[in-house]
Amino acid sequence: MPDNGLTRALQGLGRRVTDRIWRLGFAARFLLATVMYSGTALRRFNLTIREIYFTGVLSLIIILVSGLFVGMVLGLQGYDTLQRYGSSEALGILVALSLVRELGPVVAALLFASRAGSAITAEIGLMKATEQLSAMEMMAVDPIARVVAPRFWAGVISMPLLAMLFSAMGIFGGYLVGVQLIGVDEGSFWSQMQASVDFREDILNGVIKSFVFGAIISWIAVFEGYDCEPTAEGVSGATTRTVVTSSLAILAADFILTALMFRGA
Amino acid sequence: MSSEPLVKLADVNFTYDRRPVLKGINMEIPRGKVIAIMGLSGCGKTTTLRLIGGQLKATSGAVTVNGQVVSELDNDGLYALRRRMGMLFQFGALFTDMTVYDNVAFQMREHTDLPEELIHDLVMMKLHAVGLRGAQKLMPSELSGGMARRVALARAIALDPMLMLYDEPFAGLDPISLSIVGKLIRTLNDALGISSVVVTHDIQESLKIVDYVYFVSEGKIVAEGTADEIRHSDEPYVHQFVWGEADGPVSFHYPAKPFGEQIYTEAPRAR
Amino acid sequence: MNRATLDLWVGFFVAIGLAALLFLALKVGNLASSNVGETYQLQAEFDNIGGLKVRAPVKSAGVVVGRVTDIRFDPESYRALVGMKIDARYKFPRDTILTINTSGILGEQYVGFEVGGDTEMLKNGDTVKKTQSAVVLEKLISEFMFNKAQDEKK
Repeated sequence: MPDNGLTRALQGLGRRVTDRIWRLGFAARFLLATVMYSGTALRRFNLTIREIYFTGVLSLIIILVSGLFVGMVLGLQGYDTLQRYGSSEALGILVALSLVRELGPVVAALLFASRAGSAITAEIGLMKATEQLSAMEMMAVDPIARVVAPRFWAGVISMPLLAMLFSAMGIFGGYLVGVQLIGVDEGSFWSQMQASVDFREDILNGVIKSFVFGAIISWIAVFEGYDCEPTAEGVSGATTRTVVTSSLAILAADFILTALMFRGA
Repeated sequence: MSSEPLVKLADVNFTYDRRPVLKGINMEIPRGKVIAIMGLSGCGKTTTLRLIGGQLKATSGAVTVNGQVVSELDNDGLYALRRRMGMLFQFGALFTDMTVYDNVAFQMREHTDLPEELIHDLVMMKLHAVGLRGAQKLMPSELSGGMARRVALARAIALDPMLMLYDEPFAGLDPISLSIVGKLIRTLNDALGISSVVVTHDIQESLKIVDYVYFVSEGKIVAEGTADEIRHSDEPYVHQFVWGEADGPVSFHYPAKPFGEQIYTEAPRAR
Repeated sequence: MNRATLDLWVGFFVAIGLAALLFLALKVGNLASSNVGETYQLQAEFDNIGGLKVRAPVKSAGVVVGRVTDIRFDPESYRALVGMKIDARYKFPRDTILTINTSGILGEQYVGFEVGGDTEMLKNGDTVKKTQSAVVLEKLISEFMFNKAQDEKK
């Protein structure tokens, strides 16, 4: 085989691609194992409740505060644009639809990935680095069932709740700015919103989105933690990868889901 | 008790990533004895331990524990076997999110349906055995290295194993903790009638407590014998190891080109 | 952290999460107003529906009485078929005229019911033929310009 720059570049590319595909396959098998060994996490639900506390409850503050501010900004910007066309009453529609359909699920998921996803990765990674996972295995307890599955399900359960709280908080923020501060008519703010936000088409679809995002983030987080190099650099690298990969995955998945859900509507 | 050894390694090879780690290991661990596996860091000691615990599978050869070939067991069989083994990890590997009490109770809660009062009594017994009954409410982060090692030991004997595996039990301990852990390994072994494998490079401490020693170097057993035989061995490698000499069969220098050659050929490039 | 405190926090978290869903469903969305209760289906043929969309409201005297459920094109008559579901509480005479209106000059479009005087009422599955198309702004403007030009010629 000729040993020149081109050959080497192609080899490098080939190796990188096969590595990625191999890792993806490994991650898929890992997800399958997590779901299959979820019996313990669901039967002994207090294990999962504990993790819901760490992923969900501890993310509450950042989600609520960010939701409020995003809603308030939407109120200001939306009013500025809408009043040029003399339809500032539509502010409610604008705030509610953008939050419920997009910003709620997506921004909450991005925050969740950096707040809870990274914590999950770091925790599992550290457990691996300090041989706690090996110790568990040697005590005949499967770490996937005992450590990974409860964290995975806690993420899947917490995410939609957080996204709904984010949207609700955002709409409240929009209301504060639009109605209380600027003085848009309160009646038309709510009634126009109610007339154009459909429960099934808009709200439920948003909830479904956040479910999918929750599963994606939890999957990436537990996998990166479980798969990381058991050293300090390994854990910090895996934590960064969790945030980067899940943020990209959320945005890509959001595009696909939006295309499927709101097509033609 | 049968005279058949509890653990037997017959012509075991292990290759990791095309690099041979173990080359034809033969080893026997009789019941009721404390065996040490010694050697330098990275010589394959820990790998041997992981083969016995079933965390790694031998590339060829058979690891037999209590009459069962470890690599032929399915997942359930392996887990059933591991319930009868205890392992002490290098730095204890205590679960950092649980108290000392919960750490020791972990296996009892996972594997048995014992009522909480009975678990409490058992945990107290195990903690008493390592002298840490008073530390039950502490978190692992509040323990010193030696205490953490003793709690991990209490946790490892929680389900009364037949075999104890120790991975570097003496690493990073002060002299007092060191002799406490050493004494505990011996007394627990004799009091509970278990067999123990100690992987270590702390020769002086382990020679005090073990019955038989295997020396491993570069994936092969280079010497074996009782503690006394080892102490008086003439084998250069063992001698260097026992007396901690800086140079000998294990060279001080990492393999390199002759000094002069390296200086004259590489110096200009460094500039 | 002891078990009871943990359970309490998680319980609180789930409760406010569900409260948020309830708020979204009832106060923000239309679950309270439109999705409950019986409805019946009507169909109408229009020459031109303009910018009418599925889920647009159906109004009579300004009150929402139903929603557009589907919009199709009839390849034989070359007209638009609009399906609507109407709240079962409201009945309309058979000679009701359906119009497509716009709320505000650039707002969303909706179907309006101009109630007639017939004694017989529309039933589930009926098709309304008497309709008035959407006002297409461009058409309106060009007509106006044309008339203006005609006037000037005279």
